[in-house]
Amino acid sequence: MNGKIVPSVCSYCGTGCGVLFQVVNGKLVGTMPLKTHPVNEGKLCIKGWHLHEYVNSPTRLRSPLIKMNGRFRQATWDKALHFASDRLKAIIEKYGPDSVGVLVSAKITNEENYLAQKFARAAIGTNNVDHCARL
Amino acid sequence: MTNSISEIEEAGCIFVIGSNTTACHPLIARRIIRGKEKGAKLIVADPRNIHLARFADVAVRHRLGSDVALLNGMMRIIIHNDWHAKHYIMERTEEFEEFCRVVETYPPEKVENITGVHPRDLERMAELYATNPPGSLLYAMGITQHTTGVDNVKSCCNLAMLCGYVGIRGGGVNPLRGQNNVQGACDMGGLPNVLPGYQPVGDPEVNNRFSTAWGRKIPDRPGLTITDMVPAMLDGKLKALYVIGENPKLSDPDWNHFHHALKNLDLLIVQDLFLSETAQVAHVVFPAASAAEKDGTFTNSERRCMRINKAIEPLGDSLPDWEIICRFSKAIGYDMTYDSPEEIFREMAALTPKLYGGMTYGRLGIEGLMWPCPDNDHPGTQYLHKDGFARGKGKFHSIHYRPPAESPDDEFPYFLTTGRMFAHFHTGTMTRISPHLDVQQPKGYVDINPKDAEALGVKESDVLLISSRRGEMEVPARLTTSVEPGVVFMPIHFGESPTNILTNADAFDPLAKIPEFKVSSVKIKKL
Repeated sequence: MNGKIVPSVCSYCGTGCGVLFQVVNGKLVGTMPLKTHPVNEGKLCIKGWHLHEYVNSPTRLRSPLIKMNGRFRQATWDKALHFASDRLKAIIEKYGPDSVGVLVSAKITNEENYLAQKFARAAIGTNNVDHCARL
Repeated sequence: MTNSISEIEEAGCIFVIGSNTTACHPLIARRIIRGKEKGAKLIVADPRNIHLARFADVAVRHRLGSDVALLNGMMRIIIHNDWHAKHYIMERTEEFEEFCRVVETYPPEKVENITGVHPRDLERMAELYATNPPGSLLYAMGITQHTTGVDNVKSCCNLAMLCGYVGIRGGGVNPLRGQNNVQGACDMGGLPNVLPGYQPVGDPEVNNRFSTAWGRKIPDRPGLTITDMVPAMLDGKLKALYVIGENPKLSDPDWNHFHHALKNLDLLIVQDLFLSETAQVAHVVFPAASAAEKDGTFTNSERRCMRINKAIEPLGDSLPDWEIICRFSKAIGYDMTYDSPEEIFREMAALTPKLYGGMTYGRLGIEGLMWPCPDNDHPGTQYLHKDGFARGKGKFHSIHYRPPAESPDDEFPYFLTTGRMFAHFHTGTMTRISPHLDVQQPKGYVDINPKDAEALGVKESDVLLISSRRGEMEVPARLTTSVEPGVVFMPIHFGESPTNILTNADAFDPLAKIPEFKVSSVKIKKL
């Protein structure tokens, strides 16, 4: 058996409790509170204690999907990216960059949010960037 | 939050308004209760009889959408009793006289008419808050999700400044953020008018600096907010939408309206962990890795930037969001190549020198650092506005009460308000597939006061038809005194009984564009 404990931060509300992920043989098996953490001091709420459950859910998406004739088909990354980028480029060419909107996320990391808005502003050329802070 | 979470324990008075803290931010509620145990006074103002009210020295249930009147009423009492911080007001603020003239027009009797709060309770709230320094004011979406959201926030700031509680340890104006990285998403420029670090897109120096760093001229006119994107989709002006890690179909006001808008798109790309309600109507779905499957940082409510670490490999073919964005960008012809999130963080920190400039992965450690952290020796900032406000002097805003967009009438006689419950999170995509959480509350419900239930002949679990001007839905009743007679409450977590069928997409704050989720009017019919 091969086990490790990895410090992280809870991904539910904005409190930012420190957690420890318990990993056994490459599988995430549990979540514990981080005892020395300045925010939660070794405590968690019911959502935090079960943080690993959404990660392991059988309903997680495991491959890219493309909709054809109203139904999703599994696709490779190359195909899905090709499909999306071809259509996106055509729209930008025809209607201009401001015909595109990007919704970044309060759930992804800072690094990813930084890239997502950079993608909108530099790659597409629009300031139509927002997220669900209001919702 | 202007102040840190741990400082709540150091407050002399904790005033919680529009936050169901024990359900939505349990580990912040813990600090409130610890603060109370250490001798702090606790004031709770919420239209519902929330759990935290049981611990309060004074708890009031003010009418939905009446926050400005309530706060103005408190401030009038504080000024009349000479409890305000005169020296602080003189030294650090401006436009106090005009503000006084406005709050003077909110005598307790008028406030009672608007809010339903007895003058005796109002007096007690004002006294406890003003005479037990430092006062920590906490709020959440109960303050912001109104057509008067900005007015409500400004009124909270007025109150804190009036007592000299902004810029001191243990005090502050502390909005509790609802999502793990909503603070970070804002900090990183996930907004239509600002670049990372809240640097305006229209500022020529800023725009130039980013354009140079990114090797492309970036647009200088602010873009559309999500609230503006919906009509743009309906008008056919917005043709494509790329949605990352969000489920706006359930979180946006007015489900029907939004559904039509999405149908109108030529291209909808959704990047998510799950086939959410929004992903189901997409043309392409990119599978994203979860927070346990990647490195990076989150910034919490108290501005603390903390590292998350990869614990396991991404499931199936899913990829971390940063890798997907890099690949997608390359595919549309703009090269973004990074070896690791750390490399992205370094680029970001260099472009946001005032807030994140002094942070590195090495320095963050386990505890993280709180911004502003402008250089490598800076210890981070526990509370803001210590020596002055960002704009120079703190401005008192003169604000009059305005009623919500909808109030009960003959046709729709009940108030509807919405929110979260303790076991679930937001649109439920993460918690409803978590067995130990879903078992706590597997389906939607509507909270109704037993008096209203009796009048309608409704018993526990009876199915009710709730209708508003936007739509209707069926949902089982839960009889509880947590709502006042005349008010019903529904949680937002349940896709099969989406509250946003009922809420109002046309009612939003003109400045913040935040929808009025907290107030709509409905009628109720027993089925």
